[in-house]
Amino acid sequence: MSASSAFNDEKGGSSSVGEPEYGHDPASGGIFSSDYKRHDDLKEMLDSNKDSLKLEAMKRIVAMIARGKNASDLFPAVVKNVACKNIEVKKLVYVYLVRYAEEQQDLALLSISTFQRGLKDPNQLIRASALRVLSSIRVTIIVPIMMLAIKEAASDMSPYVRKTAAHAIPKLYSLDPEQKDQLIEVIEKLLADKTTLVAGSVVMAFEEVCPERIDLIHKNYRKLCNLLIDVEEWGQVVIINMLTRYARTQFLNPNINESLLEEGGGGEKTFYGSDDEEDEDEEDKEKKAEAAAMAKRKPYVMDPDHRLLLRNTKPLLQSRNAAVVMAVAQLYFHLAPKAEVGVIAKALVRLLRSHSEVQFVVLQNVATMTIKRRGMFEPYLKSFYIRSTDPTQIKILKLEVLTNLANETNISTILREFQTYIKSMDKDFVAATIQAIGRCATNIGEVRDTCLNGLVQLLSNRDELVVAESVVVIKKLLQMQPEKHSDIIKHMAKLTDNIQVPMARASILWLIGEYCEHVPKIAPDVLRKMAKSFTNEEDIVKLQIINLAAKLYLTNSKQTKLLTQYVLNLAKYDQNYDIRDRARFIRQLIVPTDKSGALSKYAKKLFLALKPAPVLESPFKDRDHFQLGSLSHLLNAKAGGYQELPDWPEAAPDPSVRNVEVPEWTKCSSREKRKEKKVEKPFYSDSEGESGPTESADSESDSASASESGSGSGSGSEESGSGSESEESEEGSESEEEEEEEEEKEKKKKKKELKKPVQESESEQSSEEEERKRKNKQQKSDSESESDEEEESVSESSQSEEESEDSESEAEVKQKKKTAASKPPSKPAKKENKKEKKEMSLLDLDDFEPTPSPQVTPVNTFLSSSLVTDLEGLSLTDTVLAPATIAPSSALKSFELLHRITGEGLSVEYCFSRQPFSPDPHMVAVQIQFTNSAATEAKNLHMEDAKLQSGMRVKEFPEIEVLPAGETTTVVMGIDFCDSTQAANFQLCTHTRKFFVSIQPPVGELMTPVFMTENEFKKEQGQLMGMNEITEKLTLSDKCQNEHAIVQRVTTAANLSRVPCGSDKECRFAGRTVTSGSLVLVTVATKEERAAQLTVNCEKMVIGTMLVKDILLALTQ
Amino acid sequence: MIHSLFLVNASGDIFLEKHWKSVVSRSVCDYFFEAQERATEPENVPPVIPTPHHYLISVLRHRIYFVAVIQSEVPPLFVIEFLHRVVDTFQDYFGVCTEAAIKDNVVVVYELLEEMLDNGFPLATESNILKELIKPPTILRTMVNTITGSTNVGEQLPTGQLSVVPWRRTGVKYTNNEAYFDVVEEIDAIIDKSGSTITAEIQGVIDACVKLTGMPDLTLSFMNPRLLDDVSFHPCVRFKRWEAERILSFIPPDGNFRLLSYHVSSQNLVAIPVYVKHNITFREGSSQGRFDLTLGPKQTMGKAVESVLVSSQLPRGVLNTNLNPSQGTYTFDPVTKLLTWDVGKINPQKLPSLKGSMSLQAGASKPDENPTINIQFKIQQMAISGLKVNRLDMYGEKYKPFKGIKYMTKAGKFQVRT
Repeated sequence: MSASSAFNDEKGGSSSVGEPEYGHDPASGGIFSSDYKRHDDLKEMLDSNKDSLKLEAMKRIVAMIARGKNASDLFPAVVKNVACKNIEVKKLVYVYLVRYAEEQQDLALLSISTFQRGLKDPNQLIRASALRVLSSIRVTIIVPIMMLAIKEAASDMSPYVRKTAAHAIPKLYSLDPEQKDQLIEVIEKLLADKTTLVAGSVVMAFEEVCPERIDLIHKNYRKLCNLLIDVEEWGQVVIINMLTRYARTQFLNPNINESLLEEGGGGEKTFYGSDDEEDEDEEDKEKKAEAAAMAKRKPYVMDPDHRLLLRNTKPLLQSRNAAVVMAVAQLYFHLAPKAEVGVIAKALVRLLRSHSEVQFVVLQNVATMTIKRRGMFEPYLKSFYIRSTDPTQIKILKLEVLTNLANETNISTILREFQTYIKSMDKDFVAATIQAIGRCATNIGEVRDTCLNGLVQLLSNRDELVVAESVVVIKKLLQMQPEKHSDIIKHMAKLTDNIQVPMARASILWLIGEYCEHVPKIAPDVLRKMAKSFTNEEDIVKLQIINLAAKLYLTNSKQTKLLTQYVLNLAKYDQNYDIRDRARFIRQLIVPTDKSGALSKYAKKLFLALKPAPVLESPFKDRDHFQLGSLSHLLNAKAGGYQELPDWPEAAPDPSVRNVEVPEWTKCSSREKRKEKKVEKPFYSDSEGESGPTESADSESDSASASESGSGSGSGSEESGSGSESEESEEGSESEEEEEEEEEKEKKKKKKELKKPVQESESEQSSEEEERKRKNKQQKSDSESESDEEEESVSESSQSEEESEDSESEAEVKQKKKTAASKPPSKPAKKENKKEKKEMSLLDLDDFEPTPSPQVTPVNTFLSSSLVTDLEGLSLTDTVLAPATIAPSSALKSFELLHRITGEGLSVEYCFSRQPFSPDPHMVAVQIQFTNSAATEAKNLHMEDAKLQSGMRVKEFPEIEVLPAGETTTVVMGIDFCDSTQAANFQLCTHTRKFFVSIQPPVGELMTPVFMTENEFKKEQGQLMGMNEITEKLTLSDKCQNEHAIVQRVTTAANLSRVPCGSDKECRFAGRTVTSGSLVLVTVATKEERAAQLTVNCEKMVIGTMLVKDILLALTQ
Repeated sequence: MIHSLFLVNASGDIFLEKHWKSVVSRSVCDYFFEAQERATEPENVPPVIPTPHHYLISVLRHRIYFVAVIQSEVPPLFVIEFLHRVVDTFQDYFGVCTEAAIKDNVVVVYELLEEMLDNGFPLATESNILKELIKPPTILRTMVNTITGSTNVGEQLPTGQLSVVPWRRTGVKYTNNEAYFDVVEEIDAIIDKSGSTITAEIQGVIDACVKLTGMPDLTLSFMNPRLLDDVSFHPCVRFKRWEAERILSFIPPDGNFRLLSYHVSSQNLVAIPVYVKHNITFREGSSQGRFDLTLGPKQTMGKAVESVLVSSQLPRGVLNTNLNPSQGTYTFDPVTKLLTWDVGKINPQKLPSLKGSMSLQAGASKPDENPTINIQFKIQQMAISGLKVNRLDMYGEKYKPFKGIKYMTKAGKFQVRT
């Protein structure tokens, strides 16, 4: 209710101001009757059924509003047109409505139904604009309607509507703060939104409604960091400012060691020391600082999330929007390690080229920064030089910055600059310059004398203001070492004859009084002169005359007794009571009478006590407790709604609160993809790498604990740490994710599904033993049917492909067992494994647990299946066998290179044969199949004019001289894709025509399988952690429950070989990229309930990221 | 955030007001007027003025104060930057941003402001989106509108806000596809009395005028990208690409926009294209002063220095001047004491000079300050830093665009102290 009363106030205010306006404005006619008349004619126009008349009327009304005239009596006439068809009329009616609805609440309700209808419109933009106007109408009665509308819009399909909902939240909050709790719920929901469009607006709403609910940010922190660069610029500012505050509550002070040192070592010295350091090359400095920090002090390790924030905001320093640059600058100032803050200087200096208002704000902030971090701006000293055309307020701020930057090395140039400034015509600026010189003199001892001499010279300046200012500054300087400068004091004593500026006179008198011992002859004389002119002086001067008299009386009573009494008598009858009071007080104190109290004994001590020299310091000192860039900082006073920048916490709060299901944000960002993939790619892999350390660290402890407990199931250990803390919520989001993703991929899925057996055997869910029994029976029939499996995959009976394979391999193993009673390498290897496991468990970040003894049989089956995959890699010549025995290679996917129609009868398909390309091992073999379905024969089939990305190479296939009609032939060519999925473009030529074609490899084809033992695998994996590791959680599709299915799908997706593994919950694969030979290691760890985790370790992060996607796709379908 | 906006003209009248939240009485501007009175110069009005219940943040452009009323904490630059964006938009729409233009187009102004802010938070500030929503008024369109009764408000809904490239409108079509880039560099310098350079730096911008059909994807590369020390981009530029390859890759907005502004690294010595010989003296006692100024070209790489304009604020003591320019025209305003000399083109064979005497206030002592001389000039077909565009490529569209690149060097804040 308080809100509505406020409105009434506002309303009353505006109308009371609005009414007299009529009288003043000649345009309105000045007479009320004519006014009514005119409004009548507007009403008529609004009532007409011609849109053009309505528009004209609305335009005139809006013009009235713009001029601040009251048009509220037209409300009924206007509101009728809210449903007008003409879009411009409609918009202007909205403008009117928003302006006056508050004053005419009852009538405004008439329009509500129109907007409510609009909220249901199928067009997202109409929904959004309806919500926008509805929420802008400040009528308390409709609060419930607004609340409902916002809630609905918050879960709208369209991100634009959701954005509008976010905008509406603060509106509703200001209308009725009691809705806060409900609004927070909506905010929480919208914060989880993954679109850039919404992010800025919802953080804005968050800041206005519930800035204290920092806990809402945890889960969204990483997402916000990653989205930041794509958010619109205004949103960026709000998000960055909010994240600054967030980071202050969640992370440790990165400069904690430095600040300790500073406190211990006593201010100044270390301060300078660190500055010198900063002069050096930036990189060096960074390294040094890091190294030093590492070596000496207790290790500070920056939270990777903290680093993420710093890294993702840095590019925004390049924004064209000054507000964004400033926001990043303040973030760095408040959050970055000292060594890294320097990067912001350049960007801030750039802003100095902007409009003077921007300069004003930036300089204020620079001034504060220069006090804390002087070194940062020293290289840009000259950018702060003052031009005569600058506005005075800019000049004074630049002067402040220059003063702050002054040190022993640059003081001479700065002083030379100051000298020219003193000659300026702008007197305020000159005065400020003199003060600046004074500050330089106090701060830098070496130049004190030079400055003092310069200032003394200024005493003979013709401009009184200059002289006066100099006197004041000299006074302060002299206080530091008076004994050396009695001649200056004498010189100043002479000035009393000329200077009229009271402050300067007062300063001189104080100086003489204070140091009367240095000028014993002159001082009484000055007092004599002053006594003469006492009555005509200003009050501050009078006070100083009394002071001078008192001091002289105490030191030199012989000469000055009478004078003092004279002055005191004059003061006694002064008009100003301060002066009378002072006179009375001093008389009691210094003139010995019989009544004089105990204090008079101490008079000398009172007056002639040694006074500490004044400290000349910047007005910007200590301003940095306000968040830089804020309004409060600018005003140096807390503005309404300012959120304090919290101090760093002593100990970091639990970082795991920010952990989100990893797939969530990687996916979301991948969906946010801008047009160009290339640009975004490093961005993801970066963020991926970022999350690495935390997660792996977590998983380490997890696996350690799991192995301690020795649980046989292993399911616990297989979860990566990232999710484990907050299972519940994440699982929810995960499944949501999954659903969405599935939607996206549905099309592709369908395609693939056609190739796979549609029916699914129930037996898959049944226990392994059962399977085995059955397999033995079915073995025969299966192996028979397998040869034509490809053709009739759809019609295949109850048995799935995987299973048949399974049994196949089983059979194979048994056979092998017969021939060689036991495989020599397998068992010793296993033993080694066990040994090493214990040693490595601390180092190895992968999760595993000691294999329990009853697992002997499963191990065998694994070995067998891995042998199959091994065989695949080896299968060089057994092309006849391969399709029959090894499913993956039989499922070689062929792609169309040239369609029959475009190829004029010649159709060309290609597939990746997965066989080493013998002429060049760095090339991928591509098998090309030509089918001539034309009536005539094709001649001279060859390729030419390959257009390749740099580094790519092609080995052409031999020319096919003749391909008779109806015939099919197959050739092999080699392409070195340079480990990228860039397409190879070339021309396919026949004797008559040329066709442009391109071959693009799936990422899985860019590698060759390698054989590896489990130990080797783990060793290599251990070396490919951090940035090179990508982990994703997934839910296996119901068709690939057992590990054979997994093996099959993975090997189909990528040309990898199976690595033997001691655990039945894990499948491992290894390969090398064809060109560079970088290792590619894939681990699929299954858990209960179809959940699984996929880990890819690859030196080439791009390949890794793409491979993860492909395998995910293969496993989830 | 932004509560209300008041537009105040030079004489202190509020001629437009717009409120995004509850109405704030215009009496709040009294605090602004107070500050305005206190400031000696119009540009000395503090940009941020606290009042008991509100904060006023203002910018001055084209002799109009744009005063925004704020009620609670908000980054001041946020508001300032937004206000400048508003002015830029007006300028874009009406060609000029004067009181008359705003008053004439008050309805469009209102519609624009309505779209640019929602509840005080910026909504659509990209000129491409705005132009789709509200068509800029042209003479032709005004005429058509009056005849047919059609409107300036676009029938389209703000689809641009939904697109992945919000800065570009969709469905752009041109018969002549052209892309022009202007590389404009400004030299900021302070030259001291003796002619030596105290500080000099080069700031540059690349302004583009792109009229291309469809969704072209452009890349612009430089011969010497290392020259660029500090850059700021239009949001369309892909930052990662620049980081990695030093190539500007972008889908351009339609029409005019500033692609890039940059600062040339300070290690490079800046070539100063003109020199000034000056001799300005006031003699003690006499009421005469001598004024002698000669300009000459220096380090211009053979290009002509054009549109030279010299201005100087003479001391208050100067009553009048009696000068004789060897070329061009000069004016002296005895009230503001501003001397301007429109030189035109510098002919290296015959250097322009301005010589003569100044009459001073009789009896007054000689002014102790010497005036600083501000110089403006232009040099066509040259970027003083030596920056060169290597090539411009277009992807994503089939047609061949017409491409053009123009270089120019200008004086920025170029001052000579005497």
